[in-house]
Amino acid sequence: MALALVARLLSGASVRWVGIEPDTCQRVYFANHTSHLDALVVWSALPPRVRSLTRPVAAKDYWEKTRLRRYISTMVFDALLIDRNEIKVHNSPIDLMIKALGDTKSLIVFPEGHRNTGPEMGEFKSGLYYLAKKRPDLELVPVHIDNLNRVLPRGEFLPVPLLSCISFGPPLWLEVKEPKMDFLKRARDAVRNLKER
Amino acid sequence: MRLPQDETLWLVGGVMAVLAVATLVARWLKTRRDSRLNPAALQAFNLRLNAWWLMCSALAATILIGQVATVIMFGLISFWALREFITLTPTRMADHRALFWVFFLFTPLQYVLVGFDEYGLYSVLIPVYAVLFIPARIAIAGDYRRFLERSAKIQAGLMICVYCLSYAPALLYLKIKQPEWEGQNARILFFLVLVVQMGDVLQYLWDRLLGKNVIAPMINRSRTWEGFLGGAVSTALLGTALWWATPFEPWVAAGMALVIFVAGFAGGLTMSAIKRDRGVKDYGTLIEGHGGVLDRLDSICFAAPIFFHVTRYFYT
Repeated sequence: MALALVARLLSGASVRWVGIEPDTCQRVYFANHTSHLDALVVWSALPPRVRSLTRPVAAKDYWEKTRLRRYISTMVFDALLIDRNEIKVHNSPIDLMIKALGDTKSLIVFPEGHRNTGPEMGEFKSGLYYLAKKRPDLELVPVHIDNLNRVLPRGEFLPVPLLSCISFGPPLWLEVKEPKMDFLKRARDAVRNLKER
Repeated sequence: MRLPQDETLWLVGGVMAVLAVATLVARWLKTRRDSRLNPAALQAFNLRLNAWWLMCSALAATILIGQVATVIMFGLISFWALREFITLTPTRMADHRALFWVFFLFTPLQYVLVGFDEYGLYSVLIPVYAVLFIPARIAIAGDYRRFLERSAKIQAGLMICVYCLSYAPALLYLKIKQPEWEGQNARILFFLVLVVQMGDVLQYLWDRLLGKNVIAPMINRSRTWEGFLGGAVSTALLGTALWWATPFEPWVAAGMALVIFVAGFAGGLTMSAIKRDRGVKDYGTLIEGHGGVLDRLDSICFAAPIFFHVTRYFYT
């Protein structure tokens, strides 16, 4: 896919698989969120056969703003758009994600919920926990995105072609009776630890 | 375009032959599994050989295609080197716009001006205009923290990776006094690259053979005064031996090789200092699988502009 190639060239992303191999089994990739390019770059870092089964979860307010964004998000990478302003109990994002996963698909999520501008990662929102609770069979794969925030920082539209690095780490699962905060902390640490490796 | 003269073919062919012999020796050493040989050193040697093959064939191919191809190739290398440099240097959000212009305006423009042989413009574009533009643009962005440091980092990256390196293809446009040199400048560029690379190797060998007094232990523990002197003398001899391929008299060729060697040495040490400061061993290690372009270019970046100006002053 041309766009995937452009994203790869632009971000100069090198991709590392640390203690995990690409696979078409059902997974939820969760990553730190630093740039609008995140979803696109993580998605394009996957090998094509995995990519065709994987949908990024992204914010509706951003990706529906212009015609081009709408085209890219729906036609190219088939994003699952979540309305951040209207999260309701009966139609929660978790239900939407479970529906989207079905029996074959995988998702890319950003549990920080919004782009992070500081040097440290933000706290994870609880969505990942509820997702894991409802679908304990999913492999939860931590993904660390390094340096991409410098390629396209918040509020900028012209990217700078620096080199970035996408690392995929070994999957984790929700332990039996694991408290929510412990799990979220463990997941966040898994992403953070990938930075050093 | 003029067809390359016999000397050019001899020079390129000779280098290829030496490389072929070195590759065969390396293959042979690999199969022998001699316990006295350091496998890491052999591995490093093989990697270097591969890089040289790539460099040599790219240079030979572009020289055959023409000047414009060579300028474009060096432009792309500069772009990539600058990418590595800036990736390793922390900048702040407010530097983003300045960086954008550095990558997409100044870098291509420098090489376009080299391609049009606009010496009066390309020799001042970056040292005057870009060097003034960068801090001004950062100031407009309104973030004063570590201001001088941030400007200096971007300026240094642009100067070393783009400005200095662009003098290598600029050699192709020099109008050498001797009339038979028209269209034969590729040999001068080849001479530069060859002497820089061999200077690195010779210095390394002398360091290994005789090295005792380390020059700057905090920066590079393997570079010694013995290696420097041995490398200087042997590189000068190599330059003399190659005088037939250059517009220089033998003793001038020796002097030129010496100048190239000293500049290359300074480049290697300077880039080592930057790497130490950033806490990395190679520019390539942060980004796995990319290998550092800058690691191979550090000496040529320093040698190219000096060699260019000395040649321009005395031979055009």
